[in-house]
Amino acid sequence: MSYINKPKVAHPSLPTNSLGLTRRQYEGSMSTLCAGCGHDSVTAAIVEACWGLSLQPEQLVKLSGIGCSSKTTAYFVGGSHGFNSVHGRMPSIASGANAANRGLTYVGISGDGDSLSIGIGQLVHAIRRNVNMLYLIENNGVYGLTKGQFSASADVGTKAKRGETNSSPPIDPVLLALTLGATFVARSFSGDKAQLVPLIQAGMRHNGFALIDVLSPCVTFNDHEGSTKSYGFTREHYHAAVEADFVPRAEEIAVNYPEGEAIPVSLHDGSRVVLRKLDPSYDPKDRTAAYHYIENKLKQNEYVTGLIHIDEADNTEFHNLNRTAKTPLNSIPFEKLSPGSATLHKLMTRYR
Amino acid sequence: MEPTDTSKPDYFHRVVDCQWACPAHTDVPEYIRLIAQGEFTEAYMVNRESNVFPGILGRVCDRPCEPACRRGRIEEKPVAICRLKRVASDNRDDITALLPKAPREKNGKRIACIGAGPASLTVANDLLPLGYEVTIFEQYGVPGGLMRTNIPAFRLPANVLDEEIGYIVDMGADLKLNTPIKSMKRLLDAQEFDAVFVGSGAPKGKELDLPGRRDTDRIHIGITWLESVAFGHVESVGERVLIIGVGNTAMDCCRSSLRLGAKDVKVMARKPRQFFKASEWELEDAEAEKVDIVINHAPKSFVVEGGRLMGMMFEKLEYDIENGDIKATRSLGDVFFPCDDVILAIGQENAFPWIEKGLGIELDKWNVPKVNATTFQSTRPEVFFGGDAAFGPKNIIWSVEHGHQAAISIHKFCHDEAIEQRMPRGVSLSSRKMGMHELAYKNEYNGVERRLVPHVGLVERFKKINIEVELGFTAEEAALEVQRCLNCDVQTVFAAKLCIECDACIDICPVDCLTIAPNGPEADLRARLTAPATNPSQALYVSAALPQTGRVMVKDEDVCVHCGLCAERCPTAAWDMQKSTIRIPFAIDEEVRACPA
Ligand SMILES: Cc1cc2nc3c(=O)[nH]c(=O)nc-3n(C[C@H](O)[C@H](O)[C@H](O)COP(=O)(O)OP(=O)(O)OC[C@H]3O[C@@H](n4cnc5c(N)ncnc54)[C@H](O)[C@@H]3O)c2cc1C
Ligand SMILES: Cc1ncc(C[n+]2csc(CCOP(=O)(O)OP(=O)(O)O)c2C)c(N)n1
Ligand code: SF4
Ligand code: SF4
Ligand code: SF4
Ligand SMILES: [Mg+2]
Repeated sequence: MSYINKPKVAHPSLPTNSLGLTRRQYEGSMSTLCAGCGHDSVTAAIVEACWGLSLQPEQLVKLSGIGCSSKTTAYFVGGSHGFNSVHGRMPSIASGANAANRGLTYVGISGDGDSLSIGIGQLVHAIRRNVNMLYLIENNGVYGLTKGQFSASADVGTKAKRGETNSSPPIDPVLLALTLGATFVARSFSGDKAQLVPLIQAGMRHNGFALIDVLSPCVTFNDHEGSTKSYGFTREHYHAAVEADFVPRAEEIAVNYPEGEAIPVSLHDGSRVVLRKLDPSYDPKDRTAAYHYIENKLKQNEYVTGLIHIDEADNTEFHNLNRTAKTPLNSIPFEKLSPGSATLHKLMTRYR
Repeated sequence: MEPTDTSKPDYFHRVVDCQWACPAHTDVPEYIRLIAQGEFTEAYMVNRESNVFPGILGRVCDRPCEPACRRGRIEEKPVAICRLKRVASDNRDDITALLPKAPREKNGKRIACIGAGPASLTVANDLLPLGYEVTIFEQYGVPGGLMRTNIPAFRLPANVLDEEIGYIVDMGADLKLNTPIKSMKRLLDAQEFDAVFVGSGAPKGKELDLPGRRDTDRIHIGITWLESVAFGHVESVGERVLIIGVGNTAMDCCRSSLRLGAKDVKVMARKPRQFFKASEWELEDAEAEKVDIVINHAPKSFVVEGGRLMGMMFEKLEYDIENGDIKATRSLGDVFFPCDDVILAIGQENAFPWIEKGLGIELDKWNVPKVNATTFQSTRPEVFFGGDAAFGPKNIIWSVEHGHQAAISIHKFCHDEAIEQRMPRGVSLSSRKMGMHELAYKNEYNGVERRLVPHVGLVERFKKINIEVELGFTAEEAALEVQRCLNCDVQTVFAAKLCIECDACIDICPVDCLTIAPNGPEADLRARLTAPATNPSQALYVSAALPQTGRVMVKDEDVCVHCGLCAERCPTAAWDMQKSTIRIPFAIDEEVRACPA
C-alpha cells in the first residue's frame, strides 16, 4: 500500500474525450493491492477504455465478488454505481440489476477463484442467460487475497511459491464459455494494454454476455520460477491469434483497412470491431473451430489471446429472451410497479 | 537511443531545473526543504556557499531559476524561490561562527581587486580562507557597487548590504575606500600583487543624442541619476517625468522619481509589452505604484524653449507582429509629451579609461575586454576580469559566479598550475527509500497556489525614500510556499535488470512520464510515448534493454513531479528515489601543490 494518494496533478497536455473529460477523471480511489499486481494494470486499461468510449461515469455499473481482483472495482470510474457482492455471487447481482435497468453499462470484475470455484454455478448461468454485461476475470492461478492457494485455473505442474506442485486439471474459462455458447469470448494479458483496451471497449458494447479472461499475474504469490502464470512465463507462452481494433461509431469512416486482411464486425450500437487474423488458419466466427484451436494450443502450453470468438448475429440476449421492461424500473410510476395490497390480497385468496 | 549515462553529473543536474538555471548553481530544493524544517540558519548557509549574498539576492536577484522551475510547467507559476531565500535570511540566527575563516598564516600571495561590487567581493570571499591577502580598491566611500549606488534602498536596504559585505570584509580583506585606480600601468608596474582582478563594472550609461539633448540640464542618465539619489546629491525631481527605455533601470528610475516628488511618471517604450526587457515582477511593482507605461512611442527630439525643457516629441508606431517577430512598422505621426525631467534608461556600457594601451590587456572596439569565458583570464596572464566588467552588464548572481570562477583561476595561477584544467562537477546519490513504500522526503504533491509577498501600503511606502516595500513572507505563507517545491533533486533512478515490466509505474505516474516501448531514434521515441515529449529542452531517460522483452523504459523528465509513486509501486525496486547532490567545485576544493616560493 502506498503512503500517498495519486495526486490530482496531471500532464498539462492531457487530451479530453467528447464529454470534455480527461483519462484522469475516470480513475477511482488509490489501489491498495500489492505493488506490481497485474490487476492494477487491468484497472488502468479499463480507465483508458471508458475514457475512450466517452462513457458517462453515472451510466456505468461496476460489480464484483470477493478477492483482490474483486477489489479493483473501487479503483476505476469513481463517479459510477457499484456493488461488491458476496464471494462468487456477482452474476446474480448483475442479472438482477440488468433486469431492473437495461439502459446502463454493466461491468463485472471477478477472479479465477471467485468465478471458477465458489462462483462457477453463477458464472455458467450468467453465460447461459446471456446477461448483457462485460464479465472480466483477472486470472492469476491463485487465491491472491487468501495468500496464494492454487485456484481452479492453476495448470497441472505449476509450482506454488512454497514449492508444492499442482496436480488437479485446470478449468479454462475460455473453453468453458465456448461450450456454453457465449457470444463474445476473449483472452488477454494485463501487460498488453494495446490488445486489452479495445477488447474491453468491444466487450462493453457487445449485445450480450462478453467474457474476457485476462492473465493478470499475482506478483506476490505467483510470479516465481516454475509458475505458469508469472509475467515471464505468460510473455513466453503468449500467442496472439486475432487482433481486434475497436472503432467507435463516430470514427467509422476514417479507418481504412486493406481488403481481405480485416474482418469488420458491426456491433448493435453502430460501432465496429475490426478483426485481423494473425494466424491465417484461425476463424473467430466459427465457435467449434475456435474451441479446437484453443484446446490444441493449450496442450502445447500456449495461451491463445485476442478476440477468440464473436457472434453478433445471435439474438438470445437476456432482455430479448426474458422480455424485460424497456423502461428502467426506477422510471416506472409506483402504481404501475406495485399491484397494491388489494390486488395482492385477491391473488393470495386464490391460493388459499 | 543509447542507454542514458546517468553517471555524467550533468544528467541529474539538469533535472534540477532551478539549480541548473542558476548561474551559481545554488542548491535550491535543499534550502527549501531546510526552510520547511525550520532550519533557517542551515538554509542560509546552503545559499551562502554558492551565492554569497542570500539576504541581498533574496530581495533583488534576477532569478533565472524561476522561469526554469518545473512547477511553472505544471501549473504556470513557479515556486517563489527568490522570496524563500529571503525567508532563510530573515529568520537565520547569528551565523558568524559558521563563516569560513582566514588562516592566521598567510600563503604569501597578494591579490588586488578593483571595485567593491559583488564580483570582487566574491573573489575575496573565496580566496581569503585560503590564506591570500586581498586588497579591494573602491573609488567611492562605501562598498557594494551598483547594489549600493543603483539599486534603490526601497528594494534593497543598506543594512542588508552592510551585513553581508561585512562578513567578507571581516574575514580580513583590506578594503581601501575612496581609492580609485587611475592607472592600471602604475598598479602593475609596482608589482605589489601576484594577480589583479578587475571587478569595476560597466559604469557608462548610454546616451540618446537627439536634437535638444545638450540644451538643458533636466535630461539625466539613469544610472548616474540613481547614483546621485543614493548618495543624497539629488533630493527632488520635477512633477512630470518621462523615463526613456523599459528595462529594470527604468523601473528603478520611475519608482525613485515618485519618491522624490514626481506626480506624473511615464515610462516610454518603443515597442509593445512582449518586447520589454524589464522583469515581469518589476513591471508589476511599478504599475502598482501607478506608473504609466506607454507603448509604441519612439523618441524623436527633446523640446527645449529658452533653455527650459518643455517635453519630448515622439513618433507613434504601429507594428505587424507574427510569432513574436516584428514584420512591419508603420508611423502614425508625431505626439508631444510635456515633462519637467527626462531620465534616459536605455542601457550601460563598459568603460576602462584607466587601463592604458600597451599593457597587453586587449579591449575590443566597444571597450569589452578579451576574456576567456571559463577562466576569466585576460590577455595579460595575471589580470582577470569578472562581473559586468567582463562581458558587459548582467546581474548580481552572474557577477558572483564570475567571482567564483576567477577565484579558482587565480588560485591555480598563483600555484603555477594550468588554469584551464579545473575540477569537474560531481554528483552523489543516496536512496530516500524507507521500508517498502515510504520515502524519506515529503513526496506528496501539494496543489497550493503561489503565495504573494505582502507589501507596505501605497501611502506609507512613499513617506521616505528608503522604506523597503516588500515585507517578506509571513511564517504561514512561507510554510505553504515551501510545499510547492517538487524536490526535483530527489531523482528517479532506474535499474533495468530488475524490471519485470508489470507496468505498475506507468499506470501510477500522475503525469504520464513513463513508457515501456521498443527502442528507436530520439525523435521517433519522443512521439511514441504515453504523453508525447514535446519539450526538447528536457531530456529523455532511456534504459538498457529490459530483461523480458528487450523493450526499453523511457522517462520524459519534463513534468515529473518527483512524487516517488513509481518507486513506491514498483514491486522489484527497479525504480528508486535517490537524492542527488551536485558537487560544484570552488577555489577551496581545488587541489594545488604547495605554494612556490
Ligand atoms: C539601476 C540598476 C538596477 C539593477 N537592479 C538589479 C537587480 O535588481 N538585480 C540584479 O541582480 N542586478 C541588478 N542590477 C545589475 C547589478 O547591479 C550589476 O550587474 C552588478 O552589481 C555588477 O557587479 P560588479 O561587481 O560586476 O560591478 P559593480 O556592481 O558595478 O561594482 C563595481 C564597483 O567598482 C567601482 N569602480 C569602478 N571603477 C573603479 C576604479 N577605477 N577604481 C576603483 N573602483 C572602481 C565602482 O565604484 C563600483 O563600486 C542593476 C543595475 C542597475 C544599473
Ligand atoms: C464465502 C467465502 N468463502 C471463502 C472466502 C475466502 N476467500 C476470500 S478471497 C478468496 C479467493 C479469491 O481468489 P480470486 O477470486 O482468484 O481473487 P484474487 O485474490 O486471486 O484476485 C477466498 C477463497 C470468502 N471471503 N468468502
Ligand atoms: S520545483 Fe523546486 S526543485 Fe524543482 S525547479 Fe522548482 S524550485 Fe527547483
Ligand atoms: S516520480 Fe515517478 S511517478 Fe512521480 S511523476 Fe516522476 S516519474 Fe511519475
Ligand atoms: S513497476 Fe518496476 S517492475 Fe514494474 S514496470 Fe515499473 S520498473 Fe518495471
Ligand atoms: Mg486469483
